[in-house]
Amino acid sequence: MSEQNSVWRARLTRFVPLAVFALLASALYVGLSLNPKEIPSALIDKPVPQFDLPALVGRDADSGLSTADLHTGDLAIVNVWASWCVPCRVEHPLLKRLAAQSGVPVHGLNYKDRPDNARAFLDELGDPFVRVGVDASGRAGIDWGVYGVPETFIISGEGTILHKHIGPLTDQAIDSILLPFLAEAQGK
Amino acid sequence: MTELLPEIGTVFLCLALITAILSGLVPQWGALRGDARLMRFADSGAIVQGIMIAGAFGVLTHAFVVSDFSVETVANNSHTLKPMLYKISGVWGNHEGSLVLWVMILTLFGAAVALFGQSLPLSLRARVLSVQSLVAVGFLSFTIFTSNPFARLDPAPIEGLGLNPLLQDPGLAFHPPFLYLGYVGFSIAFSFAIGALLEGKVDAAWARWVKPWTLAAWIFLTIGIALGSWWAYYELGWGGFWFWDPVENASLLPWLMGTALLHSVIVVERRDSLKRWTILLAIGTFSLSLLGTFLVRSGVLTSVHAFATDPERGVFILGFLVAVVGGSLTLYALRAGKLDPVGLFAPISREGALLINNWFLVSAAGTVLLGTLYPLFLDALTGEKITVGPPFFNATVLPIMVPLALAMAVGPWLRWRSDQLTGMGGRLGLIFGIAALAVFATVILTTDAPWWGLAGVGLGVWLIAGTGLDWLRRTGLLRGGFAKLPRSVHGMTLAHIGFGLVILGVVGNTGWTQEEQGLMKVGDKVTLGQYEFALEGVAVVPGPNYRAQQGTLMVSKLDSGGDAVWTAPFRPEMRHYRDPVQTTTEAAIKTSVLRDLFAVVGEGNHQQGFAVRVYVKPLVPWIWTGAGLMALGGLLSLSRSFARRPRQVTTKEATV
Repeated sequence: MSEQNSVWRARLTRFVPLAVFALLASALYVGLSLNPKEIPSALIDKPVPQFDLPALVGRDADSGLSTADLHTGDLAIVNVWASWCVPCRVEHPLLKRLAAQSGVPVHGLNYKDRPDNARAFLDELGDPFVRVGVDASGRAGIDWGVYGVPETFIISGEGTILHKHIGPLTDQAIDSILLPFLAEAQGK
Repeated sequence: MTELLPEIGTVFLCLALITAILSGLVPQWGALRGDARLMRFADSGAIVQGIMIAGAFGVLTHAFVVSDFSVETVANNSHTLKPMLYKISGVWGNHEGSLVLWVMILTLFGAAVALFGQSLPLSLRARVLSVQSLVAVGFLSFTIFTSNPFARLDPAPIEGLGLNPLLQDPGLAFHPPFLYLGYVGFSIAFSFAIGALLEGKVDAAWARWVKPWTLAAWIFLTIGIALGSWWAYYELGWGGFWFWDPVENASLLPWLMGTALLHSVIVVERRDSLKRWTILLAIGTFSLSLLGTFLVRSGVLTSVHAFATDPERGVFILGFLVAVVGGSLTLYALRAGKLDPVGLFAPISREGALLINNWFLVSAAGTVLLGTLYPLFLDALTGEKITVGPPFFNATVLPIMVPLALAMAVGPWLRWRSDQLTGMGGRLGLIFGIAALAVFATVILTTDAPWWGLAGVGLGVWLIAGTGLDWLRRTGLLRGGFAKLPRSVHGMTLAHIGFGLVILGVVGNTGWTQEEQGLMKVGDKVTLGQYEFALEGVAVVPGPNYRAQQGTLMVSKLDSGGDAVWTAPFRPEMRHYRDPVQTTTEAAIKTSVLRDLFAVVGEGNHQQGFAVRVYVKPLVPWIWTGAGLMALGGLLSLSRSFARRPRQVTTKEATV
């Protein structure tokens, strides 16, 4: 009897890899239907989270980023970036263009980065940011609902998140979505 | 006539698809019925597929070379001003073209089995080739129905959009082909595994066939990964070489599992043991290659990457993945019972050591897979979004590598079947002593050594000493002789020493890198350790399709009195491309045996100065030297596999 049991157990063991793969495949299937680019942020039209981040080394000591800095009465753009993020390098020139063409202050949220690397990134590629908050632990990023770097938020003068762009900026996104959006928000 | 070439390319692809469907089914049917004529169809089918896809690839390359912008892929990814090398590498620098390259390698490998595998039993060859063809069916349908590389644009644009300048680099031009040769090379091991499950037989002869293919795929993948990390090192301008990015992990996963496969195949060959495990590894390695393709191409994890996200493509690849992996694992569950373990072994033995090596490698692969997919799982289950970054991987994968490297030094000492560690106390003490000496020397010679850095130095030296000692013992050099050893032993020695060098390089970089950064005007100097960097000038230099801001730094090594021992010019560049608009960094690097000197001149102007970064990176060149040695060791071992192959081919041909 026990011999038969062990034969069955051996047979069942051979199904383990298949079962593991079935789990993996269903998760991938669900993942596909959750197209990351189309999920609206749960935070749209919500106030920005409470946070207060220190400034980046080499910049003014009071140029950190906090909730209060996003309640100035004017529109603001917040860009989540990191020096280890390759798409951030790609998007950086476009971020500079967005800052120049929109005239809206762009703030940076430096996400889980080493300060010296972040500093070097800006030295090399240019620094379009008015303020940069250093989120070394990633805690503020979690409150902001960040799940991939880079992300770009548009914030109203009253500190409400109006729009979120996921992934690197593109020429097309700037010209056909972000600039019109900013123009309309400014007109209000 | 040449205007119609792209249409001919489409025809090639379609003909290959039809041939692949037939050669997937007919030989399988033949093998079931024992009909030799039907089985032989596999050979010609494989060769025809290889020729057709090579033709399609040739047509696409031609379109890139002559800049035929009526072909959408070319218009989206090329530019007339691009240097020829990057016009050609543009063929695979995009989604559609890279698929054609994938299928071409797949079918050429199949054709190679048909041409050179005449000594294989006919039914096994027929089954292997039919599995290979079925995989080709999947990829060809994907290419033709969702990503046709020959789709036309009407009207054709006058100028193309250009290739991402970050990709215009010799290191990266050859990175994808090597990676693909590796990924796809594992398809042969996979097809052999499925063939063996269908045949119900795995033996030493089977292993002798699988081993060289696995080894070849592993060598290509090793070179591919090394090229990619080398590129990141000098092109991204940070001096970093591995970022644990999902796309990098996608190439590391099959490498880890493939390394395990490489070692377990040896056990099957020598000891007729670990058969089911080896079959499972062969399926697993290719599955991870496919998964890597899925992750990179489908967009599930690539929201932060530059690749196109297309749900239709994602669903297709997932369906294919389920068919291939699910099908083969079902077959495994049903048929693996036939593969009975034969060679028994004690825990302390060569087999035991190889099994431990397998467990560590597979655990490492599992950990990397978990870290890569965890954000996706969490999102699917709870809707919560997180990112898993380098800290997770460093904290989980590196601890697995430590016992692996510790055991690697000792494993090859052990005898097959059963051995005792007691007799090895002296040798263990010797390599421990050498490692301790190296740590001691490091403490004396360097400052601010972190404890984990010292542990890493000890680990790397332990592995190299253990491997070297074993080689000296086996060759008999210690007793003044020189035994003739199989080339695979020299190969293994090189590869293991290479891995030790990689460990030392990574540790040297992480623990002892010195850096200095700041604004420098022309004439300013900065000193870093024994080196002085003086900014002599910054000028604008034109390139073929970019303008570069080139800095000139005179770098001197100073002796204790402050005099220059030598002086050399460094010319790092920042390249500004126009189509598309982008800036890339070309670091200037001077490599010597013990260290890299690394300099970048970034944005700035002559009034305020330029952002200059300089690094001294000890032992970093050893990372790529080590990877090179690993590939070379593999090659040495491979040359023996081919030399040993039974020469029945000629006799058969002679009788026909």
